[in-house]
Amino acid sequence: MAEPPPRTDKGPWNWLLIVPIVLPLCTFLFNADEPRLMGFPLFYWLQLAFILVGVTCTVVVYRMTK
Amino acid sequence: MSGHTTELVVFIALFALVSGMGFVAARWRKPKDIESLDEWGLGGRNFGTWITWFLVGGDLYTAYTFVAVPALVFGAGALGFYAVPYTVVIYPLVFLVLTRLWSVSHVHGFVTPADFVRSRFGSPTLALVVAITGLVATMPYIALQLVGIEAVLQSMGVTGHWPIIVAFAILAAYTYQSGLRAPALIAFVKDTLIYIVILAAVIYIPIKLGGWGNIFDAAAAKFDKSPAPGDGTLLNVGNQLQYITLAFGSALALFLYPHSLTGVLAARNRTVIKRNMSALPAYSFLLGLIALLGYMAIAAGTKPVIGENGKPIGNTVVPVLFDNMFPDWFAGVAYAAIAIGALVPAAIMSIAAANLFTRNIYREYFNKNATDKQEATVSKLVSLVVKVGAVLCILLLDPQFSIDLQLIGGVIILQTLPSVALGLYTRWFHKGGLIAGWALGLAAGMWMLYTIPNPASGKLHFGGSAFSLGELGFDTKTTVYAGVLALAVNLLVAAVVTVALRAAKVADGVDGTRRDEYFADEGDPRVKDLDLAAPH
Repeated sequence: MAEPPPRTDKGPWNWLLIVPIVLPLCTFLFNADEPRLMGFPLFYWLQLAFILVGVTCTVVVYRMTK
Repeated sequence: MSGHTTELVVFIALFALVSGMGFVAARWRKPKDIESLDEWGLGGRNFGTWITWFLVGGDLYTAYTFVAVPALVFGAGALGFYAVPYTVVIYPLVFLVLTRLWSVSHVHGFVTPADFVRSRFGSPTLALVVAITGLVATMPYIALQLVGIEAVLQSMGVTGHWPIIVAFAILAAYTYQSGLRAPALIAFVKDTLIYIVILAAVIYIPIKLGGWGNIFDAAAAKFDKSPAPGDGTLLNVGNQLQYITLAFGSALALFLYPHSLTGVLAARNRTVIKRNMSALPAYSFLLGLIALLGYMAIAAGTKPVIGENGKPIGNTVVPVLFDNMFPDWFAGVAYAAIAIGALVPAAIMSIAAANLFTRNIYREYFNKNATDKQEATVSKLVSLVVKVGAVLCILLLDPQFSIDLQLIGGVIILQTLPSVALGLYTRWFHKGGLIAGWALGLAAGMWMLYTIPNPASGKLHFGGSAFSLGELGFDTKTTVYAGVLALAVNLLVAAVVTVALRAAKVADGVDGTRRDEYFADEGDPRVKDLDLAAPH
């Protein structure tokens, strides 16, 4: 069997994963009631929106490092 | 029990159906021989993307989450929403860290985090420390799953402990028989039920309550009237840092639990893990909506069930809300979803704990030449013992105390981070430094938890995980998650002792792993696929 190619999990794309680790922890971005979205205070809808940011970043990194 | 008959019938029917699936699971993706730890405990390590998704999801989002997170939001408001950032932060971390663990584990045949530590740092002692830490932290977690089932039963008016004993006897029997295949198969049903229930809840209940705006306003009005300083629909100066550290610390703790690793190691290759980490946040969205059930309960004027001691049982808020809002048959479906949601993680956790005992204590100290079959037998027996222990926790202790135990469990498991997670990246730490850091981090964590009172239950110690910085002499009301501070102590001590031991030229263990093994993937000749019978 042939030798496997040398591998590493380092790569510039991985730095993108910092975004969904740091962004949800910045309380000053979302600790407010206004503006509301469909009745949801900012605190709740923006944090739910960060889930989408997280998914986008992990999907991009997964695709680029595959 | 009158008035709950329909709920009970639906609940029991669904529960029985799922239990039947658990027993059939042994034949699913038929292994040639389930008499080995790899087969029984890791499902042959050949689960693809979909099964891993359900397995890891079933692991991380437990019945307790579905019951306790909204109960926390009901009681404290915004702070309880920490579950959302916590489950956003965790996936990128797992994506980076656990793919490495997957590779090195598959090259060396590791089944537990302690297996890895033993080889990486050449230290059976450090491995024993990691194994015992994992065992101690996991047991109250299993007990908590029972608290979820108990809350559902209490809401149906079923009191006494016998139903829980029956439920756990069934769970124990099918885990014994089918190993990891049972929870993997049941997780499909569990998730389907939970998605149906939650989607119905977040569409139907807000319509009944006059819209989301009304729900948030009702919650804000309740917290404005309440005298407690920490509550509200937004964070305040005192608990912002607590929110951040709790979300981050919980994320770090979660994937150190042996059961999270079990789900990840059972994946077929690195790509399966990475793809999962991109898809799992679908659960986070669900969890965020579940958390808001707490506010719906406020808006609906839900009153939790009063316990035998005359105090309200906070965890019954969501089941009672379902009882009030849904038709009886659908409330029964919802209750079954929560209870089945408890069985999946409880099964995975007890399997992980059993693997730890067998690999790192039984084989290391009692029977060095254990055969595959002996290992599987010991693991099966230990998984029974662990479940009996969890049931005893519930029967003998106040359920409130088991929640505190879980809190302590998180602080404890975090102390294995330097050996397990940092160990995947660096071999810089000396094994002596890691053991010293673990011991002092643990001591610091216990001391901090000891200082935390809980005014609501009137307890003076071990009343929560929000450590007040005022205890250290600072003039502040700021609180921080005790686990993160304890981890800081741990890391500091580990670093200082490492430098000292190196300076004194004390011998370190030998690293049994090589750098390139951390990136090996399926198809690499070094990656062992021990399940030769499985279809690929």
